[in-house]
Amino acid sequence: MSVATAEIRKNDKKPRLRIGYVVRQREMGIVLALVVLVAYTAINQPRFLGSQSITDILLNTAILAVLASGMAVVVITRHIDLSVGSVLGLSAFTVATVMQDNQGLPMVAALGLGLAIGAVAGVVNGALVHFGNVPALVVTLGTMYAYRGLTYSWAGGQQVTADEVPRHFLRFANSALLGVPWLVLIALVVIAGVGLMMRNYRIGRELYAMGSSPHAAGLAGIRIARNTLVAFVISGALAGLGGVLYASRFGTVDASSGNGYELQVVAAVVVGGVAVFGGSGTIWGAGLGALLLTVIGSALAVLDINQFWQQAIVGALIVLAIGADRLVAVRIARSLRKRDSHV
Amino acid sequence: MSELRGRLASWDTVIIGVTVAVLIAATAGVENFGNGTNFTFLILDLLPIALIALPMTMIVITGEIDLSVASTLGLTSAIMGDLWNRGLTIEMIIPLCVLIGALLGAVNGVLINRLGLPSLAVTIGTLALYRGLALVVLGDAAVADFPWAFTGWVTGTIGGGPIPNVLIVLVVLAVIFGVVLHATPFGRSLFAIGANDQAARFSGVDVARTKFWLYVVSGAIAGLAGVLWTLRYSSARADNGAGLELAVVAAVLLGGVSIFGGRGSLWGVLSGVLLLAVLQNALRLQDVSGQALNIVTGVLLIASVLLPNIITGVRDSLHRRRLRAVPVKSS
Repeated sequence: MSVATAEIRKNDKKPRLRIGYVVRQREMGIVLALVVLVAYTAINQPRFLGSQSITDILLNTAILAVLASGMAVVVITRHIDLSVGSVLGLSAFTVATVMQDNQGLPMVAALGLGLAIGAVAGVVNGALVHFGNVPALVVTLGTMYAYRGLTYSWAGGQQVTADEVPRHFLRFANSALLGVPWLVLIALVVIAGVGLMMRNYRIGRELYAMGSSPHAAGLAGIRIARNTLVAFVISGALAGLGGVLYASRFGTVDASSGNGYELQVVAAVVVGGVAVFGGSGTIWGAGLGALLLTVIGSALAVLDINQFWQQAIVGALIVLAIGADRLVAVRIARSLRKRDSHV
Repeated sequence: MSELRGRLASWDTVIIGVTVAVLIAATAGVENFGNGTNFTFLILDLLPIALIALPMTMIVITGEIDLSVASTLGLTSAIMGDLWNRGLTIEMIIPLCVLIGALLGAVNGVLINRLGLPSLAVTIGTLALYRGLALVVLGDAAVADFPWAFTGWVTGTIGGGPIPNVLIVLVVLAVIFGVVLHATPFGRSLFAIGANDQAARFSGVDVARTKFWLYVVSGAIAGLAGVLWTLRYSSARADNGAGLELAVVAAVLLGGVSIFGGRGSLWGVLSGVLLLAVLQNALRLQDVSGQALNIVTGVLLIASVLLPNIITGVRDSLHRRRLRAVPVKSS
């Protein structure tokens, strides 16, 4: 899609409208897939729409969606952050240990600590990417190992179990405000906040611009260094926040918590219509992607289909999503070229 | 002369030097490292990474990537177990598995080169897809009763000495890949594609077809690695080799191949593989936990790309300063 966006920027006099149109179409596709999937499952197994089932789906989506929002920011900027699973693990273990040692600490402190750990990890990623002039794929592949190794060398084989952390810490994930679980509220706030930033604020539009054409963005006077750092700090901080939510939800954490989670996050973002090579996609699309992946998982379970199909379906979905993305991009490029030739 | 100096300064030469130094230090300083049995295990451990790194080197040199290799390994292993359960002979299964690996690679190739999709995204997709299919084929079962004649050969050594039999496979393939990459027009065309694929196309290289075959070869080698992995542990499992793709990419980048394509050598990559394996092995002998070693891998990986950048940056700024100094002197 970045090709198409670049094409549009070059050729179209009213770019905003066009991008919005295409993007909206992409996300409608996910919504449609979701509706069909839910309807089919509910008809075959009415208990799929039971309140417990829906709560489970929402809770599972929440953590994934928080991480996917951060990942979407980085991917829109034409980078990638493979370290999010390791950051989640580091934050989850640190926060659980601190809560275990200080039983009286309020939940807000735990959330702040997780955010801070993630932000620091993000600063390291962003600084290496920008100032080290190293591709994000390499940097975050490296820090994925390094952060995970850090957690292991500190935690070793020990784990923090649910009965060692304070009650209120565990209760947080399962309690609700006006019937909506806290976890889901946090995810919604994150999606809305980051989405608003990307859509309506200067920094967000600059990140899109950097993703569309890093060189042009630099020439246009966009502060690449600061913005790159901001993107990675957001991704890191949200991964850290995800770690707190993870620890609160599951109670038991060890050094391997969140191992391999980065793949699911990238999958959610890609399925949600964020193009891997930057410049397009939305945060709420990434959130929808997370929801779709989670719903597929539960639907398979409810329909008694072999759970092993889940990962294969996720893989096929990613390939399908980027294929569709490419198709749209090629079509737009062609139609623009045609129109140009008449001018 | 200047070519020699360029060569001495390049990262792959540095990494070969570092590898030799670490090997000597480990042999001298770490108890049991120089042991024959340890050597056998060292080679067996690095074998799948080294094998898959051969075609990965070529792919990264053309500026692409293949993250699906470890899942291909797992799927081949699962299919191998399934076919064995169905009663096929192992002599039929092995070539069949390599062929299936090649087919899986061809799927990547078609998606990337015919449809023009980015390889990073495609292979992240097939990473999940192939691993998922492996689970569909074999579930969480394990197939273990492979004939001793084959499992014994893979874990065995030449004449009972320290050199494992499978090293022959690795050496033969490494020589073939080395010659193709560094001494044939095809190999040169890979560097050309990585440096500038449009220029390569204009000078008569069929870029799409070349890349397609690279993915086929990558799949076939991953299939072979799947067979050897299964025989080594006498266990066909759907999760065999999970996460291996990152170790391979790390070794390739550590070996001096540019992630942007166009630069790198197979010798650099093989010493990158060896360096990682030796470090892990030596530190583990020192009772450092395997997982904590991830820090070493990660930091090395970043440093291997960061350091050459810093060196180039410093050299450029010195050069610029010298240039600036010239007119001042002459006036």
